[in-house]
Amino acid sequence: MNINVTLLWQMVFFVIFVWFSKKFVWGFIIDAINERKTTIADGLAAAEKGQRAEEEGLKTAEQHIADAKSQASEIISKAEKHGTELVEESRTKARTEGERIVAAAQEEIQTELNKARESLRAQVGELAVDGARQILRREVDASAHADLLNQLAAKL
Amino acid sequence: MATAGTVTSSEYIRHHLTNLTFGPKADGSWGIAHSAEEIAEMGFWAMHLDSMFWSIATGALFIWFFSRMAKKATSGVPSTAQGFVEMIVGFIDDNVQSSFNGKNDIVAPLALTIFCWVFMMNFMDLIPVDLIPWILDKMGIHYQKVVPSTDPNVTFGMSIGVFLLMIYYSIKVKGPGGFASELTMHPFESNNIVLKILFLPINLFLEGVGLIAKPVSHSLRLFGNMYAGEMIFILISLMFGSSIILSISGGALQFVWAVFHILVITLQAFIFMVLTVVYMDMAHSHH
Repeated sequence: MNINVTLLWQMVFFVIFVWFSKKFVWGFIIDAINERKTTIADGLAAAEKGQRAEEEGLKTAEQHIADAKSQASEIISKAEKHGTELVEESRTKARTEGERIVAAAQEEIQTELNKARESLRAQVGELAVDGARQILRREVDASAHADLLNQLAAKL
Repeated sequence: MATAGTVTSSEYIRHHLTNLTFGPKADGSWGIAHSAEEIAEMGFWAMHLDSMFWSIATGALFIWFFSRMAKKATSGVPSTAQGFVEMIVGFIDDNVQSSFNGKNDIVAPLALTIFCWVFMMNFMDLIPVDLIPWILDKMGIHYQKVVPSTDPNVTFGMSIGVFLLMIYYSIKVKGPGGFASELTMHPFESNNIVLKILFLPINLFLEGVGLIAKPVSHSLRLFGNMYAGEMIFILISLMFGSSIILSISGGALQFVWAVFHILVITLQAFIFMVLTVVYMDMAHSHH
C-alpha cells in the first residue's frame, strides 16, 4: 500500500473523465432518451385515441345496422299489410265484379226469357187459334176473337 | 504460473502485488524500480505506471465509446450499441433521480463516469491473473498489477475527488457559515450561548471524524473488496503447475470465483456510484 503521486494523477484524470462525460456524453444521450420517451408517449396516446375512435365508429355502425334492421322490418310489415289489403281489395272487387256479371247475366236471361215468352205468347195465340180452328172445324175470325186470344196468352 | 519451479509461493504473491513503479532512484536519476526496496526508497514522487496505464485506458475506452454513441445518438430507433448505452444511462439517471434531490447537472455524469470507470477497472480482475503479467514479462516488464482498483491510489483518487466536490458544493449551496454551522452545531445542540461554545469543539470533532470517514470508507470499501478478490485469484493460481489434481481443481475454483466475482465487481461499482450520489445529495441538502 504505497500512497504516492499516482493519487494526484488519478484525481486529475478523474476530473478530466467526469468533465468529458458531462460535456460530450450525458446531455446527448439523455436528450435522445427523453425525446424518444415523448415520441413513444405521443404514439401511445394517438393509438389509444385511434382505438377509442374505432370503438366509437363500431358503436355507430352497430346503431346504424340496428336502425336499418328495424326500418327494414317496418317496411316489410308495411308491405305485408299493404299486400293483404291489396288482396282483400281485389277480392272485394272481384266479388263485386262477379256479382255485377251475375246480375247482368240474370238480367239478360230475364230479357231473353221475356223475349221468348213474348214470342211464345204470340205463337200460342196462333196455335190456340189454329187448334180451335181445327177443333171447331170451321173458320173463325181471328180478329174477332183477338181480345180473347190475347187474354189467353197473357195467362201464360 | 509460468515460473512455478523457480520462485516460492510468497515470492510469487509479493511479485503479483508489486506495482510497476517509476520514480526518483537513490542515485538521483529517474527510472523504473526493479525491487521492493527500490520502490520504498522512491517515496512520494514514485508513480505506479501500471495503475495509471490501465485506469486511463479503461477510462478512455469508456469515454471513447460513450461519446461516440452520444454523437450518433438518435431519438428514433436506436442501434443495439446505442440501446446498451441508453440502458446504462437510464439506469444511472433513475438512481440519481431517486437519491439526489438537489439541482446540479454534474451529479448524473459524475455517477455515470464513476459507475462505468470503476466497473471497467474492476473488470480487469476477471482477466486471468497471470496472462498480462506473463506477456509483459516476456517483453521485459517485470512488475504488473492489471487491476487499477486494487491500488489505493486509484480508489483514493476518486473518493478524494468526490470529497472535494462535496465540500465545494456544501459551501456553495449552504454558504461558508452554513457549512461551518453544520460541522459545529450538531449533534449537541443548545440555545444557551455558553453551552454552544462549550459544545463547539466536541461537535467539530465528531462531525469532522464523520466527514473524514466518508472518503476513507468510500475508497477503502472498493479497494478492500477488489484487493481481496485479486488475492484469492492469486492464491488459486498457486495451485496451477503442481499436481494434475490440484491444477484441475484450481481451474474449477478459478471458474467459480470468477463467476462470483462478476457479481462483486458490478456490485462494488454500483455501491461506489450510489455513495457518490448520496454524498452529493448530503452536500446539497439543508439539515
